[in-house]
Amino acid sequence: MTTGLGLSAAPPGERYKRLLPGAMSMRSEPVTVNVGPQHPSTHGVFRLRVTFDGEIILDVEPIFGYLHRGSEKLAEERTYTQVITLTDRLDYVASMTNNQAYVLAAEKLAGLRPPERAMYLRVIAAELQRIASHLMATGFLLNDLGAFATPLMYCFREREKILDLFEMLCGARITLSYMRVGGVFQDAPEDFWPALRKFLKEMPGYIDEYEALLVENEILVTRTRGVSVLTVDHALNASVTGPMLRASGFPWDLRVVDPYEVYDRVRFDVPVGKAGDNYDRFKIRLDEMRQSLRIVEQCVEQIEPGPVRAESPALLRPPAGDAYARIEGPKGELGFYLVSDGSIAPYRFKLRAPSFINLTVLRDLVIGWKLADMIVTLGSIDINMGEVDR
Amino acid sequence: MYGLGILSGMVVTLKNFFRKPFTVSYPEQRLPQHPRFRGEEFTWYEERCTGCASCAKFCPLGIIRIVTHPGGTTPAEGDSYAIDVFDIDIARCMFCGLCVEACPYDALFMGSGFEEAKYRRRDLVISVERLRAAEKRPSTWYRPQLEGQAYDPRRDGSLPWQKAGREPWPYHLPQRPQAEGEKTTGEGTP
Repeated sequence: MTTGLGLSAAPPGERYKRLLPGAMSMRSEPVTVNVGPQHPSTHGVFRLRVTFDGEIILDVEPIFGYLHRGSEKLAEERTYTQVITLTDRLDYVASMTNNQAYVLAAEKLAGLRPPERAMYLRVIAAELQRIASHLMATGFLLNDLGAFATPLMYCFREREKILDLFEMLCGARITLSYMRVGGVFQDAPEDFWPALRKFLKEMPGYIDEYEALLVENEILVTRTRGVSVLTVDHALNASVTGPMLRASGFPWDLRVVDPYEVYDRVRFDVPVGKAGDNYDRFKIRLDEMRQSLRIVEQCVEQIEPGPVRAESPALLRPPAGDAYARIEGPKGELGFYLVSDGSIAPYRFKLRAPSFINLTVLRDLVIGWKLADMIVTLGSIDINMGEVDR
Repeated sequence: MYGLGILSGMVVTLKNFFRKPFTVSYPEQRLPQHPRFRGEEFTWYEERCTGCASCAKFCPLGIIRIVTHPGGTTPAEGDSYAIDVFDIDIARCMFCGLCVEACPYDALFMGSGFEEAKYRRRDLVISVERLRAAEKRPSTWYRPQLEGQAYDPRRDGSLPWQKAGREPWPYHLPQRPQAEGEKTTGEGTP
């Protein structure tokens, strides 16, 4: 640990005592402050009840549920196709991967196998969505750090291009509803492929630009390196997944460990961090964008003409049973558990939301640090309240 | 050396200073919009619609309201229902397009607009009179044959129903009307 007073390995209470040697003897009264629910740096309607001693955090109690819409219950009275529109609104900066995880679960339940071309189209779309989601996470993390709007606008510029590609593909930019049970709803238009190749050619240059702008920036390094360290044991005990777990140094990526769709036919590396601090969590997202570009490039080479949708009835009636499908979403393991009773609607619909589970370690990460560090840590977890509250 | 990271970042900022701006000033300039864009102003072809209400059943929110009465046509003429009410409440619509996907007769299409701000909520309900009177500018979403014709709803004008369907005629009609530009080959079946 270069900064952070070398305290990160100690348990929270010890950390606090060492940070302020006289703190326990000094007569002071803790103050409880609400951060949120309407706060520009809480990434949605999310409230943190924080107990401070001066500026040092003694305790954090996350309070959520402000965005609860009952998606899981709503899905029980909708057909398997109509549920796709609900999954768009879970993690609304990464709709494509939500669609993908849901249709994989529904296909497992119904015993459908999508055509090859549909699988490639899905992987291309999902990897583009991962880049878009990571761009958003990086931009807002820097916004929380005080680099107001400049890196965010650079990131949004490239995200815009991805959203344009999505508009070509399926006519929408955020709430996509592109995938269907048994394939994708329609093949990509002719002008999609040149636009995608142009994006693949330009994007590495822009990632270089972000690296030149951010990776060695002294302010960013001082503010994030060694702050809020998440150890591998802690991460595994809290079942943290995704870039957060990999930043702690554990190479767990479902695309490699449990390949779905066509991920076993493409070659890519899994970037792994060392320290598990805020800096690693920021850096690993930049590295993952490059790997996603590699995957898309290989998919564009390998894709072949063919049908994009398996034959399936308009009202799907899977046989009674249950299925769980999981994918590596931009924020972690995104899983859908579906139970069918043989009717046109799922009997039970359960979602394993990665940002909800990643959020559980927030309290242990920020105790002993200051308010400004807590905001950055929250940004580095990359939560999305649409998914946390669902 | 301390400060080098910030300096290299400043070079990036400087480079962007001389770049052409990526943004456009919206009301005057517009970004090109893809013809597949799923937008407001639903396009509806009454000639093709039978009043089967598939769109209303497939809508995840149930915002399409259809009231019909027997149209007075015999089965030999197509036997379709006459539409009294066809309300689409686009204040609650999420533009998923499942209604378009459900339509068996290619009568309903997504529109291509996105500037439907109104002062009152009730103005956001598209009535059947408005659907009849509106210009037909269907989005090419879920209609690949329109993409094959290189049709662009923002650029090209109103499209007659003979050109817009997947099939050249509404196949619930037993007598086949001649589609536009169609060559008569003598084959009576599609």
